[in-house]
Amino acid sequence: MSKCCNGIPETTTASSIVRKVTLVGNPNVGKSVLFNALTGAYVTVSNYPGTSVEVSRGRTAINGDAWEVIDTPGMYSIHTITEEERVAREILLHETPDVVLHVLDARNLERMLAMTIQLIEAELPVVLVVNILDEAERMGLTIDLDLLRQKLGIPVIGAATARKRGIEEIRAAIGGYQRGCEQQCFLYSRLLEHDIHEVAHLMRGEYLLSRRSLALLLLQQDEEIESIVREREGEGYAVVAAMVKKIAFERRESFHLDLSLERKEIVRRIINGVFRAPDKRVVTMSERMSRLAVQPLTGIPLLLAVLYFGLYQFVGVFGAGTVVDLLEGKLFEGLFNPWITGVVTGIVPWTVIQELFVGEYGIITLGLRYAVGIILPIVATFFIFFSFLEDTGYFPRLALLVDRIFKHFGLTGRAVIPMVLGFGCDTMATMVTRTLETTRERIIATVLLALTIPCSAQLGVIMSLLSKYPGALAVWGGCLMLLFLVVGLLSARILPGEAPMFYMELPPMRLPQFGNVVTKTYTRMQWYFLEILPLFVLASVLLWLGKITGFFEKLVAAMAPVMASIGLPNDAAVSFIFGFFRRDYGAAGLYELQGKGLMDARQLTVAAVTLTLFIPCVAQFLIMKKERGWKVAGVIGLLVSLLAFGSGYVLNKALLLTGLLT
Amino acid sequence: MKLSEKAEEILEALWIVVEEEGAAFLDPVRMKFPADDPAYRELTGYTLIELKQGMVYFRPEGREEGMKTIRRHRLAERLVMDVFNIRGQDGDDKACQFEHLLNEGADTKVCTMLNHPSTCPHGKPIPPGDCCTEARSTGDLGVVPLTEFKSGQEGEIAYIQTEDGKKMQKLMAMGVLPGNKIVLVQAFPSYVFRVGFSEFAIDSTLAREIFVRK
Repeated sequence: MSKCCNGIPETTTASSIVRKVTLVGNPNVGKSVLFNALTGAYVTVSNYPGTSVEVSRGRTAINGDAWEVIDTPGMYSIHTITEEERVAREILLHETPDVVLHVLDARNLERMLAMTIQLIEAELPVVLVVNILDEAERMGLTIDLDLLRQKLGIPVIGAATARKRGIEEIRAAIGGYQRGCEQQCFLYSRLLEHDIHEVAHLMRGEYLLSRRSLALLLLQQDEEIESIVREREGEGYAVVAAMVKKIAFERRESFHLDLSLERKEIVRRIINGVFRAPDKRVVTMSERMSRLAVQPLTGIPLLLAVLYFGLYQFVGVFGAGTVVDLLEGKLFEGLFNPWITGVVTGIVPWTVIQELFVGEYGIITLGLRYAVGIILPIVATFFIFFSFLEDTGYFPRLALLVDRIFKHFGLTGRAVIPMVLGFGCDTMATMVTRTLETTRERIIATVLLALTIPCSAQLGVIMSLLSKYPGALAVWGGCLMLLFLVVGLLSARILPGEAPMFYMELPPMRLPQFGNVVTKTYTRMQWYFLEILPLFVLASVLLWLGKITGFFEKLVAAMAPVMASIGLPNDAAVSFIFGFFRRDYGAAGLYELQGKGLMDARQLTVAAVTLTLFIPCVAQFLIMKKERGWKVAGVIGLLVSLLAFGSGYVLNKALLLTGLLT
Repeated sequence: MKLSEKAEEILEALWIVVEEEGAAFLDPVRMKFPADDPAYRELTGYTLIELKQGMVYFRPEGREEGMKTIRRHRLAERLVMDVFNIRGQDGDDKACQFEHLLNEGADTKVCTMLNHPSTCPHGKPIPPGDCCTEARSTGDLGVVPLTEFKSGQEGEIAYIQTEDGKKMQKLMAMGVLPGNKIVLVQAFPSYVFRVGFSEFAIDSTLAREIFVRK
């Protein structure tokens, strides 16, 4: 180890400029909790690797200076492999942070220090946060932070951010950060140092990361770094590339492995004397819980219990039942709607305009009532359930439990997260498919979400719709499961590409903190409402326009043959038109039809199945387009519509033929 | 005693017909070279075989030597096909050339590296050597894929063998590095293992690519 001070640029610190601090580190080390603590802003904190694919930004003031705090998705190494890691590194590559806060898990100091070494090597302004100290102490681990500080030559702070421990020290370290000369430089073997030098001394351009670090990344065949260097070096790039190629070829057998082993050795020397573990492993409560969750014998009953109490009892019975009755039935139908109708008709004399706000499809009487009265309670209870479960660390365990089954659908266990989230909101889930590794997996997951996973709002409405006919509910559920299986199995066969591999870190199981769950639910609800409310209003306006221009009736008439072919009354077409705006909207439309006694059990079932399978709502379609591109989204949309009506047709015929449900 | 390649081939052929096909002798007509080839004289000179009525018979020492030769041949096949990944006729040819290098203890090294295989790629048994017997008696599993571990078993990561570079880097970034201690926590429905204080879940495809030693 030696000091290497040359080439470190002086950080200019003018207090008028907003300075930046970036949080980086492995998944599940408490970056988001720290972000929340620093900024007071709301960001989704997850105990699930791979739910924060977005970069969150917040503001804070330290000693009177304004700071921008940037939270990044988890990364294991500065040499990125997954999409999330690429997103995280983008920040380091392009945003010149004034302080890089490397957050790591004290229990895994040895493993995670490898990235600290890489950050220091890149000559980034690193401050190390040794987090989750409380749990480390509980396990009997001791860490000599002073010695670590000395050995690394950077500020090192011990913390337990979930317990608000160390936050003040971290703020002080950010505010008082001074790029010193103590930052250590960790030397590799002579051979590797030689190779690094050979590449680095050819580079002429200006970079935010050190040449030493870039040279290593080039030797690891990092494509993104390659393109940056190509751009910066201009004509000189050919020489650099040739040298990289030469060395990479010479060391083709085991460059990555050698590098990892050398880093491991460096880390081993650093933690020698710093990190002490007790001779006997302490088996914690959380580990025992974890065992129960992952062993099939106990895991499957636990899963069923989670689904029964969480989804059925809490979201279904409580959210979609009790709360909806209260809000929609008592509050809106009973009090609010009559009152607002009176107010509006009192102010506005024109019936046409009255219709827009308080008519049959009025923005307030229909749009707002659906959004707040029906959708809100269901979605809110679902997100509470989901956020709670997410924070316990249960999802990765669920993923490993179902991996074998999901492999048949061309997916890995990882895909269970978007699938479960899909029961809340398919749009959000389609966005989360980004965390899947291959395009193939993403497409399959997108198709399954678009087709067979009903979102919580839709689920709630359909459950209450069909609850009077248990047989209908069974047929509906059976149809969806059958389609999930058939479409999953088929797409795994049809789509080209390799079978995906499954690997996942299991974060420790922990009891979620109330505050975090609330924060998460709140953030998700906020996103959800900003997403759907405009659509509800838009739908109301369009329906109103359609109604006053007569277009709506024409559309309904045009759909009549389709409705007739699947044995539904004409009026059901309205639900399908609604359904295009929002799936749950459509389902709620059916609810009204049933209220008027226009449909029997068979028709209801056919309508519910067709509508559930029917094309995703506008929002989901737009996200599909954004994530997968026009072509794929278009094909999926078409396929889903055909399958929906096709299944409706077949189901109707089958029900008529067998006389089931009559 | 260093036998010529031809002599080794005669021994192998004789061992196969006698030990595996149950015949009493080998008819030299079945060999690629005539009965008056000097290789036969070489073998009779070492008193490994004897020729009676133009047929080839084992002498007791020859049986032992034949077994060792066939062992080297089949180990060479395993090496060429499993490690060098050369298959088909080309693989057979290379194995035939390679086997002659596996003498003077080299066979023991190769056998240990291959973790004492019991069959050749064609499914024929490989006669166990001293190293195999010893490994069995000490219960030393040697280097095995993680899939061979029992739940709760502890070991050390020996190496990672995967053709997908990205996956290997990912595994290494997660702490799956040669020399690290590893505990297999569970093997079904997915493999769960612990390195340091972290737990990871992987599928069997990946588990087969992590090699561990007890």
